[in-house]
Amino acid sequence: MLTLPIEYYLTLSAVIFIIGTIGVLTRRNAIIIFMCIELMLNSVNLTLVAFSQYMGDMAGQIMVLLVMTVAAAEAAVGLAIVLALFRNKQTVYVDEVNVLKW
Amino acid sequence: MTQTDLLAGLAIEIVSIFALIIMLTDALVERSTRLCETLSIVGLLGGLAASAYAHLTMPGQTAFNGMIVVGGMSTLYDAIFCGAGIMTVLLAREYLTRVGGMFDEFYTLLMMSIAGMMLMGHSADSMPMFVGLEVMSICFYVMAGLMRNKLSSNEAALKYFLLGAFASGFLLYGIALVYGSVGSTAYSAIAAKALSTQFPTLFWVGIGMMIIGLGFKVAAFPFHQWAPDVYHGAPTVVTGFMSTAGKAAAFSGFVGFIAPTMASGVPGLEKAKVILALLAVGSMLVGNITALAQTNVKRMLAYSSVAHAGYLMIGLAAGNAAGWTGITYYLVAYLFMQIGAFAVVGILERENGGNLTVDDYRGLARRRPGLALVMSLFMFSLTGIPPFAGFFGKYYLFNAAIQADLTWLAIVGVVSSVISVWFYLGLVVIMYFREPLGEMEGGEASISSRTALALSIIGTLLIGLIPQAIINIAAR
Repeated sequence: MLTLPIEYYLTLSAVIFIIGTIGVLTRRNAIIIFMCIELMLNSVNLTLVAFSQYMGDMAGQIMVLLVMTVAAAEAAVGLAIVLALFRNKQTVYVDEVNVLKW
Repeated sequence: MTQTDLLAGLAIEIVSIFALIIMLTDALVERSTRLCETLSIVGLLGGLAASAYAHLTMPGQTAFNGMIVVGGMSTLYDAIFCGAGIMTVLLAREYLTRVGGMFDEFYTLLMMSIAGMMLMGHSADSMPMFVGLEVMSICFYVMAGLMRNKLSSNEAALKYFLLGAFASGFLLYGIALVYGSVGSTAYSAIAAKALSTQFPTLFWVGIGMMIIGLGFKVAAFPFHQWAPDVYHGAPTVVTGFMSTAGKAAAFSGFVGFIAPTMASGVPGLEKAKVILALLAVGSMLVGNITALAQTNVKRMLAYSSVAHAGYLMIGLAAGNAAGWTGITYYLVAYLFMQIGAFAVVGILERENGGNLTVDDYRGLARRRPGLALVMSLFMFSLTGIPPFAGFFGKYYLFNAAIQADLTWLAIVGVVSSVISVWFYLGLVVIMYFREPLGEMEGGEASISSRTALALSIIGTLLIGLIPQAIINIAAR
């Protein structure tokens, strides 16, 4: 079986993480921003699994389970917040939500 | 999992179980607000008692395979979280009913977030730290948006959620990289293996990412932009709770992972200290200078909380034992004065954001002499005027910086404290020496709100008078 060196996994997850970060910083749609955040979290999962496999240590894979649980909880709360916002003001664009400023 | 583990984690378990009981009570009992309130206070007192018990019987022990540590500083953190929770519960019903955000879920969320904070304060490993942080943060996102019919509250929740989740991504990536470079998530193992790691770059990138992630959570410059908006838009009792207990929890996580790293003597520590010092300087100056320009009291306190994060970062940058105890002491002091100040703001606030501007506070001393006096006391303490708690907090932190050969940092701290005199004491001057504009309504406080205020006053004075007692617990 062909095994890839760990650098490949790490580079891939770093690239996904950066794509997610850029998405969060440039996009204006709250749902897309949230999807980019999920992308970041999943790239971390990839890193954790890669390290875990490389070192033969289970802790990383346990951590992935925790991260997935947390991401699911965050998704539930995040979408509820977007929904509450949409009920009051029919928009999901973060630059149109600006009642708070100094 | 043994009996000892269960006993060591008893404080967290009690608070979590009460959170679940309150959730069921809310679902099954009609008009359950008062019952939920009572249950919350009972649960938090139980948590306090269990934590004190753990401190006395097993200080410094670890449990759950080295995941959590009990006693010493973690007991003080528990006291901060439970104390903040009790005061918030006492203040909440009156305020939330007035502004139209009285949902009984508030008590469940509050207890859950406290359980998460306690897990953070006890953590001896990045895994429970991350889980605790997320439990706390997810509850905070909901609590910030509690007034679900108000656009400002929705906006606060949305901003907090997006930036908070973004920061969690950074923290998590940092944890993953550190895990990869040293082969463990336990803080003790991180410190022990940091010297022999094959990937020092990965290690420092990881630590840097963790600093960014936690920097967001404590609202330190340059990651503080969310704080003013969120603190402004959230219900005032929630703001008071988030800006004290939430900040304390994030700092407890910060100290937990950075203290062993600082003690390990890894090459590159000096640079990390300089970066932390720069974050501290930025937070202090930006927080205090921007607070000068605010006309809304809630927003002013929000910016000043960025500055207080800066003072606390001094302790991190110092990186010595005096720094850690200084941070803990300051967090206790900050808890009382900041929750007290927000309690006064909440008592005066009317629905739809009335009575929140500095102009509304003109001549308060004549109309509500009691509240004005109490507010002045908190302002003096926040400025750092002896003999109040805030003075000793700053004294210990600046002292830690001097011990770590960072005298310049202590000087910047003193200078920014002087800047903060302008707006803190400016508010006192406005309350005492300016003519009121028009009539002011409101300002009546219920007995439970008065109790919470009394607790903060006693705390602010008492901790200023006996600072050594707190330091002794923290150093154990």
